[in-house]
Amino acid sequence: MFSQIGYYSLILGLFFSFLIIPILIRNFKNTKIIDKRIFFVSFLQLFFVLISFGGLIFSFINSDFSNETVFNNSHTTKPLFYKISGTWGNHEGSLLLWLLVLTLFVFLFLIKSNNQPKKYRILTILFQQIIIIGFFLFVLKTSNPFNYLIPVPKEGLGLNPILQDPALAIHPPILYLGYVGSSIIFSSSLSAVILKYISQNWAKHIKVWILISWIFLTIGILLGSIWAYYELGWGGFWFWDPVENVSLMPWLCLTALLHCILVLEKKSLLTSWVVVLSISTFVLSMSGTFLVRSGILNSVHTFANDPERGVFILVFLFSLIFLSLIIFFVFHKQTNQFSNKVNLFSKETAIIFNNWFLMYFLSVVLIGTLYPIFLDVLTSEKISVGPPFYHKLIVPFLIPFLIFMSVVPNLKWIKSSFKIINFSLILLFIFSLIISFIILKINSNSTLINTILVSVSFYLFFITIKDFFNKSFKTYSQKIAHFGFSLLILSILLNSFFSTEIITNLKVGKKYSFTDGNIHFKKIETFQIKNYKSIIGHFTIKDKKNIIKMKPELRVYNQPNIVTSEADIKSTLFYDKFLVINLVKDSEFFNVRYQSKPFMIWIWISAVLLAVGGILSLTQRFNEK
Amino acid sequence: MYGKKVKLRIIFLFLVLASIVFSIYLILKSLEENVVYFLSPSDIKDLKEINTKKIRVGGMVKNQSISVKPEAISFVITDFKNEINVSYSGSVPNLFAEGKGVVAEGFLKDRNYLRAIKILAKHDENYMPPEVKEALGEK
Repeated sequence: MFSQIGYYSLILGLFFSFLIIPILIRNFKNTKIIDKRIFFVSFLQLFFVLISFGGLIFSFINSDFSNETVFNNSHTTKPLFYKISGTWGNHEGSLLLWLLVLTLFVFLFLIKSNNQPKKYRILTILFQQIIIIGFFLFVLKTSNPFNYLIPVPKEGLGLNPILQDPALAIHPPILYLGYVGSSIIFSSSLSAVILKYISQNWAKHIKVWILISWIFLTIGILLGSIWAYYELGWGGFWFWDPVENVSLMPWLCLTALLHCILVLEKKSLLTSWVVVLSISTFVLSMSGTFLVRSGILNSVHTFANDPERGVFILVFLFSLIFLSLIIFFVFHKQTNQFSNKVNLFSKETAIIFNNWFLMYFLSVVLIGTLYPIFLDVLTSEKISVGPPFYHKLIVPFLIPFLIFMSVVPNLKWIKSSFKIINFSLILLFIFSLIISFIILKINSNSTLINTILVSVSFYLFFITIKDFFNKSFKTYSQKIAHFGFSLLILSILLNSFFSTEIITNLKVGKKYSFTDGNIHFKKIETFQIKNYKSIIGHFTIKDKKNIIKMKPELRVYNQPNIVTSEADIKSTLFYDKFLVINLVKDSEFFNVRYQSKPFMIWIWISAVLLAVGGILSLTQRFNEK
Repeated sequence: MYGKKVKLRIIFLFLVLASIVFSIYLILKSLEENVVYFLSPSDIKDLKEINTKKIRVGGMVKNQSISVKPEAISFVITDFKNEINVSYSGSVPNLFAEGKGVVAEGFLKDRNYLRAIKILAKHDENYMPPEVKEALGEK
């Protein structure tokens, strides 16, 4: 029932997309005001996609196994919350969500851009509708979420248990809001190029959208990391897995855009670069979807492989890139006459350098992610590029980047003098050197590069704190975001230098001793919960200072029949204690992994601070209006 | 002579180009050093010489081959043509089991023995790494 409603409203939605295009074109040519019908049709389009999505959700809630997507990804014993989140935990449903967000954003753009020129609004919506139609066809043709199954199965196959998790339930929608937000930036910059509207006014208006996608992308990546930390049982938060990389790439690009849109807004400079970044951000978001959905990348995100899908997205992607390049080269004219002289010691130049660094980091991640794919296609050699590659290339450049970031944000627009480098800055630098040397020495980890890295990040940390008390040229949003970033780098470094790990195989009742203490595996308990069997291990861990009790859990799910480990994590402000167990074969041995991870919680807090900085900047924008 | 503006632009372009070339050189160089090759047990049998680089071996965990001791786990990876013994002292993923696909990353000691430092098994019972599928498909 709900499936049919969903299917037909999806087709109706596509119909309205086709309907809106001639209206847009006619409206573009004549009359001065926007045709009221555009609002109406755009609303109907959103409405029907919403109904369609609702139809899928209800099919999941009712466990309607005549629907193939529901059959493949749901089960009657699954808790209601995960029945709902299962809607977008699979390929078909997640694409429907993409589509929903696309139509939602185009409608929001329409009603929120009143102060913009009519032609620009119409053209942006036109580009956006082209993307929407592409996605409609993709969903209907290659990944219809409403396929029928006859005869109707009695029970579904279930959702992969590691996806049955609160953080992961909201991770895809939030990440998609970020990805799809970049499509508005893309369409809008293309139409602004055509209409020669790349201006300070445009920058001011598009910055809101850049901020929105940046905030959602940041939170989306954060949620994914938190989930990986406690669910995958490795105790890390970032693995340089290709799928993580494809979300990081648009983020880097968007961060660069966020900075250089300021230059455009204040100084009317860097017009071409802004356009290039807008196009690249969206292309990276799209290729991310392509790489993840096509099954080229293998990871937890990979759904059933289907070459047809890959080909479709690839063709779609290339036509969009082609279209945008043509538009860029045909229509784009450098508008500024170099009238604004650029001084070397100015905010403009600083932001250009910031973009250089970000582009370097981006290309490292891009090559590391794509090279194995190309090599496989060309020579069918299988390789993988691991964390050492990224660390080796990113870490050395982090040092100048952090120094740069501590010093230059206080530069003024147009021109500054050397006076900003004053006594207190040098004092702070020496102070951070000493602190990091002591910290590393105590923990006997003081290689030269580590000391330098920690000192420069302490330096940035102190400077960003000092800035809160300064009447500098920065806004509070920037101060918070930069402070968040410095805290992030600092806690990642300290975390990676001082984490300790013990892995062993233990029988129930046995003890494992290490230098400062021991792990005692006391007993196990088993419970039967709704859709899984729970095995809880009772441990006491003694280390230098204290004794803690920990209860990691193993879950044996009934459908699909999968075992997952639920780590027990004790978080304090200074460190996380992380314990995870696993059953090897059916022997009596449990595989035990115990980690002590300093400053873990600060990694999450600092990422939240980054997003808070973005949100604050957004609210300031709205208050100005 | 060229004007000052043109000169500045040329210098700027040159700097951009130089930094691009430099970063690409760096990236490619470190790629060369840091990639990990994937081999099947049969590929290993055919190796002319054993080098000390880290590799990945993929295949199925042979039935009745896992044995657990407090300090290490040992098992056999097979592609149904050839086999290799693996020993490992670390934490294993949930889906590591006999008769399932597995990828072990580590160092070859000889043609029959891999000392693994990481075990990868994917989070889906029906999932088989494409490399493994290919390695098995060749039989």
